[in-house]
Amino acid sequence: MKQAGRYEPYSYFQLMEVSLRELLVEKGVVTDDAIAGAMAAMRARGPERGAAMVAHAWLDPAYKARMLADGSRAAEELGFEVPGLRLIVVENTSQAHNVIVCTLCSCYPRMLLGLPPEWYKSRPYRSRVVREPRKVLAEFGTKISPKLKIRVHDSNADMRYMVLPLRPEGTEGWSEARLATLVTRDCLIGVAVPTLPKISKTRKSK
Amino acid sequence: MSLEKLRSVPLYNAGDRVRVRKAAPLGHIRTPYYIRGHAGVVERVCGAFPNPEELAQQRDGLPAQPLYRVRFRQQDVWPGYRGSVSDVIELEIFQHWIEA
Repeated sequence: MKQAGRYEPYSYFQLMEVSLRELLVEKGVVTDDAIAGAMAAMRARGPERGAAMVAHAWLDPAYKARMLADGSRAAEELGFEVPGLRLIVVENTSQAHNVIVCTLCSCYPRMLLGLPPEWYKSRPYRSRVVREPRKVLAEFGTKISPKLKIRVHDSNADMRYMVLPLRPEGTEGWSEARLATLVTRDCLIGVAVPTLPKISKTRKSK
Repeated sequence: MSLEKLRSVPLYNAGDRVRVRKAAPLGHIRTPYYIRGHAGVVERVCGAFPNPEELAQQRDGLPAQPLYRVRFRQQDVWPGYRGSVSDVIELEIFQHWIEA
């Protein structure tokens, strides 16, 4: 990992990217503004779209069935444009827990979850979660019962993956928007499960 | 261009037992090394996609290769795997990486 703030000359591939980008701008294929705008939009995107799909599926069993059959179409159904994305949604149940990795690089459904976190792209996560998933999940604070089966999904080719977590108990009567707040990025990757914020318990006791 | 040229015929269905080729060709390979030579069960057929090994060489990748979601038992993949016997790992395997 490079030290932040320290001057480093461009690597070979960084230099190639800058050269290509400058050529495309000079030749009028794209503009600097368009590139900056696309990068800003990419950085601004978070896991909200994925979370909205999960909350919708928790409340609408028919939608959930459609989402498990065709994830990309289910995203479009909620108005999210996902051109070229081939999404498979994998469901956590009382018997199985799912976790996603891309061992070859960092494939990730960016259109729905935003940019992947640094650890998702790191070699330790990519190499360890496939062979010792329970240990890695425990390091994330997620203890999986030995009675549960773990399904690790290597996103190694053309499909992308998102976990449909279990709806936590104690959320009966919650609105879709409120349910969506429980679904974090880590829940959608499968290294965490949705939990009720402790603060709501304090509120109840008052 | 004929359809046969565009897409190879899928040879396997969900539930079929398949084995991944154990080979080490050079180039851009989307079959991770750790799964080569292992046997699993087709979980679903994902469609057909241009062969990434050909695309990486600036060719068209046709005929598109059927892509399978294959489920492997963790105990079969990793010697001394610690975890439940029912734990699985699932990957996408192109048809040309499956041996008959």
